[in-house]
Amino acid sequence: MFNTASTTPEKILQMLAALLLFAAVLGVILFIAARFGGKRGDKVVAWLYLLPTVLLLAVGLVYPGLRTIYQSFFDAAGKTFIGLDNYTTIFSDNDQLTVLRNTVIWVVVVPFLATAIGLVYAILVDRSRFESVAKALIFLPMSISFVAASVIWKFMYEYRPDQGNVKQIGLINQIIVWLGGKPVQLLIESPLNTFLLIVVMIWIQAGFAMTILSAAIKAIPDDIIEAARLDGVNAWTMFRNITLPSVQPTVVVVLTTIGIATLKVFDIVRTMTGGQFKTSVVANEFYSQTFRADNQGLGAALAVLLFILVIPIVAYNIRTLRRSEAS
Amino acid sequence: MTVTPVTTTPPLTAEKPSASSIAKKKLSSPWASIAAIVLAVLWTLPTFGLLVSSFRPERAIKTTGWWTFFSDPTVTMENYKAVFGEEGGVNLASYFVNSLMICIPAVLIPMALATLAAYAFTWIQFPGRNFLFIVVFALQIVPLQVTLIPLLEIFVKIDLTGTFWTLWISHSTFALPLAIYLLSNFMREIPSGLIEAARIDGAGHVSIFFKVMLPLLTPALAAFGIFQFLWVWNDLLVALVFAGGGDEVAPITLQLANLSGTRGTAWQLLSAGAFVSIVVPVTVFLLLQRYFVRGLLAGSVKG
Repeated sequence: MFNTASTTPEKILQMLAALLLFAAVLGVILFIAARFGGKRGDKVVAWLYLLPTVLLLAVGLVYPGLRTIYQSFFDAAGKTFIGLDNYTTIFSDNDQLTVLRNTVIWVVVVPFLATAIGLVYAILVDRSRFESVAKALIFLPMSISFVAASVIWKFMYEYRPDQGNVKQIGLINQIIVWLGGKPVQLLIESPLNTFLLIVVMIWIQAGFAMTILSAAIKAIPDDIIEAARLDGVNAWTMFRNITLPSVQPTVVVVLTTIGIATLKVFDIVRTMTGGQFKTSVVANEFYSQTFRADNQGLGAALAVLLFILVIPIVAYNIRTLRRSEAS
Repeated sequence: MTVTPVTTTPPLTAEKPSASSIAKKKLSSPWASIAAIVLAVLWTLPTFGLLVSSFRPERAIKTTGWWTFFSDPTVTMENYKAVFGEEGGVNLASYFVNSLMICIPAVLIPMALATLAAYAFTWIQFPGRNFLFIVVFALQIVPLQVTLIPLLEIFVKIDLTGTFWTLWISHSTFALPLAIYLLSNFMREIPSGLIEAARIDGAGHVSIFFKVMLPLLTPALAAFGIFQFLWVWNDLLVALVFAGGGDEVAPITLQLANLSGTRGTAWQLLSAGAFVSIVVPVTVFLLLQRYFVRGLLAGSVKG
C-alpha cells in the first residue's frame, strides 16, 4: 500500500485504499468526539477536530520552514556553519545579481502591466453585449498550467535560421520577417528574453486582474454614474474622477496579489529557458542551486529570501484590506 | 463605497444592458470596441495557433507557419495518437491517470480536515483558540520553496519517496491554511441561532457538524475544491521535487515540461500534449467558473 504502484488498476486501488484509510481516521476522531457532550467536553472535541491539521502543519510547514532557515547558514553540503556567507553570495556574486535584477524587473513590470490591461479591458467590455464571452477569452489562460502556457508561447517565439527556403513557424518571427527584418533568436537574446518571458505571465495574470476589477467597477453605484453622465462628463474624466477612485483599494489588492505570484514564478522560466541566457529569477535559482548545483545552503538562503520578500507585500495588502473594510 | 475583494463574487455574466446604454456606447466609442477586439484577439491567438498546429501533420508543422493552414488545410489526428501511444516514448495516458490519482485525494483530504478545523475554530470555545487561528492564517504566506527540502528528507527517512503518498501529504498540508481560512470565514456568517437551537435539542458537535453545517457549506466547499483541484493539476514544482521523472507517479505537467526540455522542437508532440493537459482544467473552469473565481479570490496569496 505504501509502495510505488505501476499499473493503472494498482494506482486506482492504492488511491482507494488511501481514501479508506483517511476515512477510517476521520471515523475514529468523530467516534471519540461523539462521546463527549456538554461544555466540559468542548475542549476535547476541539482538539480532536484540530489534531490532524495541527499535526500536518507542524510536520509539513512549520518544522520544514524553520529547518530551511537553519540550513541557509550552512555550506553547500549542509555540514559546515558559514554564517551569512550564502546571503552575501546572493548580493555579490555576478550570476546571483543577474537573478536579483531579473526578479526586480518581473515584480515591477508584471503587476503593473497586468493590472493596467485588466482594468482597461474590464472598462471596455463593461455592459457590452458580448461581455461574458469577451471576459472568458481573457480569463481562460488563468485556468491552464504555467507549463502549458509556456509551451504555447515558446511556439510563438520559435526561431528558424535565416536561410534560403527555411520558413518561420513562430508568429513573432514571421511578423518580423513580413516587416522586412531578420528573424531573431528571441529566447536567447538578453535582456529581451526576460521581457518575453514576462509577457507570458502578463498573459496569464491579466484575466485575474480583469475579473476582480470588473466586479469592483460593477459595484460603483449607478446614480453616481448617471449623475456624471447628465453633467456631460467625457469618458476620460469619468475614468479619472469616478471609476479610478472607486476601484482604487481593489487595484492595490490586485497589484500586490499579482506581485506575490510573480515573485514565486518558477514554471515559466524553467519551461522556457531553464534559467539559461540570463533569465533566471529567485524561485528558479532556488531550484537550480538545490537540485542541479547541489548547493543546499545557497538554495535554502534563496528560499528564505523569497519568504522575506513576500512578507512586506502581504502586510501591505492586509493593511489596505483592513482600511477599506473600516471605511 | 468600497469593495472588499475577498468576499466579492464577481459576476462573469453581464447584466442585461439597456438599449439606451448600448446606443450611447456605440455612438461614443467605436475606438473602445476596436481596442477590446484587438486585446481579445491578442489574448486568443497564441493558444489558437498551437491548437491549429496540433491537428496538422508533423512535416507541415515543422516547415510552414500554422497560419498557412487556412490556404492549405490538412487535418490529422496522428499527433494525438502519438502522444498517447507507447512507441513515441511520450505515453501521456499514464501521466494523465497519475494527475487524476494525485488530484482526487489531494482535494478531498484537505477539504475534510479543514472543515473539521474550521468548525472547531468557529463554533467551539477552547483555550488558545485565537492564537492558533492566527498561526494557521499566517502560514498561508509561507512559500512552498521554504518547505520542500526538509519535507523531502522526511519522506526519504520514512521510505515514501516515489509514491503518490508524498504528493497527497504535501499538497494536503500546503492547502490547509487557505482552506481553513476560507471555510471559517464562511462559517462565521452562519447564524449562531441555528447551532444553539440544535444544541438545545440535545445535538452534540458531531451531529451538528453533519446535519447543520455540511449542507450549508456546499458553496464554500465547491469554491475551495475547484481552486485546489486546479492548483494541484497545474502544479509543477511539488511534482518535480517529490514525484521523480518516471511514468509511475509524475503528473502530466511534469511530462509536458520534460518533453519541452528534451524534445523542444517536436512541436507535433508538444502541441497535442499541451492540449491534452489543458482539456481538464479548461472544462472545469467553463463549467464552474463562478465557484472558481471565488476560490481564486480567497486563495490569491497561497503558495
